[in-house]
Amino acid sequence: MTDAAPLLRLEGVIKDYGEEVVTRVLHGVDLTVTRGEFVALEGRSGSGKSTLLNILGLLDRATAGEVWLDGSRVSDLDDAGLTELRARSLGFIFQFHHLINALSAVENVMMPLAARAGRVKRDMRARALAALADVGLADRADESPRRLSGGQQQRVAIARALVADPPLILADEPTGNLDSTTADEVFALLRRATRDKGVAVLMVTHDMDLARRCDRVVELLDGRIVDH
Amino acid sequence: MPTEWFLALRFLREGRSQTALIITGVGVGVGVIVFLTALISGLQANLIAQTLGSQAHIVVRPPEEVARPQLDPAPAAGLTVLSRVERRPQRVRSIVRWQQELRAVSQLPGVVAVAPVVSGPAFATRGTASRAVLVRGSDLDQLEPILPVRRRLVAGHAPPVGAEALVGAQLATDLGLGVGDRVRLGLDADSGEVFTVVGVFDLGNKDVNGRWVLVPLRAAQTLHGVVGGATEIEVAVSQVFDAEAIAERVTAETGLVAESWMERNAQLLVGLRSQSSSSLMIQVFVILAVVMGIASVLIVSVVQRSREIGILRAMGTSRARVLRVFLIQGGIVGGVGAVLGSALGGALAKFFETLARNADGSPTFPVQLDAALFLRTAALAVLIGIVAAALPARRAARLDPAVAIRHD
Repeated sequence: MTDAAPLLRLEGVIKDYGEEVVTRVLHGVDLTVTRGEFVALEGRSGSGKSTLLNILGLLDRATAGEVWLDGSRVSDLDDAGLTELRARSLGFIFQFHHLINALSAVENVMMPLAARAGRVKRDMRARALAALADVGLADRADESPRRLSGGQQQRVAIARALVADPPLILADEPTGNLDSTTADEVFALLRRATRDKGVAVLMVTHDMDLARRCDRVVELLDGRIVDH
Repeated sequence: MPTEWFLALRFLREGRSQTALIITGVGVGVGVIVFLTALISGLQANLIAQTLGSQAHIVVRPPEEVARPQLDPAPAAGLTVLSRVERRPQRVRSIVRWQQELRAVSQLPGVVAVAPVVSGPAFATRGTASRAVLVRGSDLDQLEPILPVRRRLVAGHAPPVGAEALVGAQLATDLGLGVGDRVRLGLDADSGEVFTVVGVFDLGNKDVNGRWVLVPLRAAQTLHGVVGGATEIEVAVSQVFDAEAIAERVTAETGLVAESWMERNAQLLVGLRSQSSSSLMIQVFVILAVVMGIASVLIVSVVQRSREIGILRAMGTSRARVLRVFLIQGGIVGGVGAVLGSALGGALAKFFETLARNADGSPTFPVQLDAALFLRTAALAVLIGIVAAALPARRAARLDPAVAIRHD
């Protein structure tokens, strides 16, 4: 279900840390993700996955090279521009789901909409409930995340990532903390999003079985893409 | 609802015990400020009211008479003149063209009432008893807004007419006077005119109650030999603490001597100012304690919520909005604390007022609670909350979302 429109494009992305002693973590990464594509990103610990994910998530800037996301060149944007682009174009799913405990499940799902609009509106709750229904949790909408199981929390996180219809979801080991059955359910939800909504998913995973079920596997080794 | 308000309320709700604790702290602080301010203001207002109960805000008099030596001020060369010029004794005399001066003073901004008065020393004699008194003549209707004698009558009626007089309560006791009794008023103990006492007043000042005799203006003019004159113009102003400035203006515009109650009661004012300063110092320390309390709790909250702040930032929440989430929390804590503190401080002040009463039933420790005090304190508490939240809010807004998300 992919189309040819490039959604995300990285060209020669380099990332250095340190000033006196410079450590190069990414050595000229080139990567393209198209709309509706499900891409697995794998690599050993220390290969630069987190750094790459931060740059893709607009949470960090590349030292050199270019990143285009959803038609915008990232290096042209200031902090406010990056915040706005994140709100418009990205959804995040983390390994430990990272829900906000002060909010109920449905309020967590509403947050990307509220962040984008600057206000919490009534219709947002309806949209969030629909997103929760999509992941099978409509009946737990008003529960605190603390009262949900790990799998349920991760499904709430998926609903949160999808609710604002971002074109790209960045998933950082979303199944890493789940049993195999729940991991399969989570994967199925993401796969359905790519198929039904045309959302592109870039998923960091160590699970080779899941990776093989994606459209494409990208491997990062010592800060370089070695295999497309 | 704006997102920042939504998040601020949810964060406060989630940290219920922390929130309750910090609101209690603010409430206690605000309560102390309300109680202290109400008590000090009440005491000060009472002191000022007592002081001004027996004196005008401003008294305008003619300039002192000075001796004018007949000697040549510049004697011829080689000639030395040894002289000693004695100060002139001051006699009771009228303000020149007092009607014009009275009109001029009454038109000054801030002046609400003026009255001509003839005032001078005399003797009050009844039988063999005699007392040095101050006989003051005035039209009581005109004087009432300046000195509320009518309201302070403890016996008889006012105003006195013809050869009638009102006497102070202490003087009435000293001379054994009551309503209907006669007393002779004269410039010496052996002469003078006989007046009928028609009322006894208590102006709340023992010296005044022991010395003052109030008679009609015309009677005092005759007694003091200033027929058709006025030795003083007494003035009331709308804001009592403006009296000094208005007195200076009276002097500048009329050339007369104008003395404000503040000048006559300089020691009282020093006392009031010292009291206000110590109260202010206590309030400043209370405010500092409240600020540090709010700031420390919110800093802990920012640290605890670092990961959540990172997630909000990742989802597209701007730095400014994160900043506002914490500023609003500070403001809410300050506002709710202000409501609780105002209720606490107000109740405590009212309770304190009932603890001790004077003989006349008035409270020994009067408190002054008004809407302005509550509004001022509430605004201050909200401001304190926001200021105290500024540092934690700045810290939250500056969090690097990539680092914050990995914070566990």
